[in-house]
Amino acid sequence: MYVTEHLHDSHRLRLKTIPFILLSVILAPLGNVLLGKGMKKVGSFKAVKITGLLPFAERTFSSPWLWLGIACLIAFFVVQMLLLTWADYSYVQPASALSYASVAILSYFLLGEVASPLRWTGIAVICLGVLIVGRTSPTSVGAA
Amino acid sequence: MLQVVLFFFIVVAGTGGELCISRAMKSIGEIHDFRPKSLVLFVARALRLPWTWAGILLMSLGFFSLVAILSFEEVTFVVPFSALSYVAGALGARALLGERITGHRWLGIVAVTLGVTLVWWSKR
Repeated sequence: MYVTEHLHDSHRLRLKTIPFILLSVILAPLGNVLLGKGMKKVGSFKAVKITGLLPFAERTFSSPWLWLGIACLIAFFVVQMLLLTWADYSYVQPASALSYASVAILSYFLLGEVASPLRWTGIAVICLGVLIVGRTSPTSVGAA
Repeated sequence: MLQVVLFFFIVVAGTGGELCISRAMKSIGEIHDFRPKSLVLFVARALRLPWTWAGILLMSLGFFSLVAILSFEEVTFVVPFSALSYVAGALGARALLGERITGHRWLGIVAVTLGVTLVWWSKR
């Protein structure tokens, strides 16, 4: 009886968790790509001296791309907060690594960044890791 | 050197911040009601917890480091590299939240880390 209930609970949790994870997989990479687009227009932080920090921050925060990116990341943050009320952090965080595939795709279409075969291999290995993690139960605290 | 410092903040401060937020969320409990009023109350409750503020502070530090590094490195390099936080996250979740990390999860975390290493090599 307990085992059946536990399995049912685990299934219910997974059905609820997957749509939230998919949403975060799109929002976070889109946010990062938009930040990248904005920052490339602002100019390199490498050349900035201490006295140049304030003007750099001013240029950064007047970029509309940056604010668009921040909006996507805030939306991602809300989705992530809701997820963490029922699912384990060590389940949610690796699962959202699927975003590494979407970040490469979005970077290609929005920034024109072409990932090398080695980089794609790395991204594929990351996704494989995500699939392995996805086969575990969303919560472990309190489990035997 | 600048890259190392910025990546350190992205990984350590970013992960530390997420762990603090997770701790705050767990103390509030699972949310069942998604009406706007309930969501506002949920956020208000979260903002009363010190863990939430510690999380916001650390995540901000990680965010500003991310913005700075994106001004001179490719997105497809920076974002996968920041997945080093899986190692920090797994260890931190076990130590601070009492989460049990199963063999499967460890295997997944190792694969993710291997992938990150390949992405790092792709830069050279």
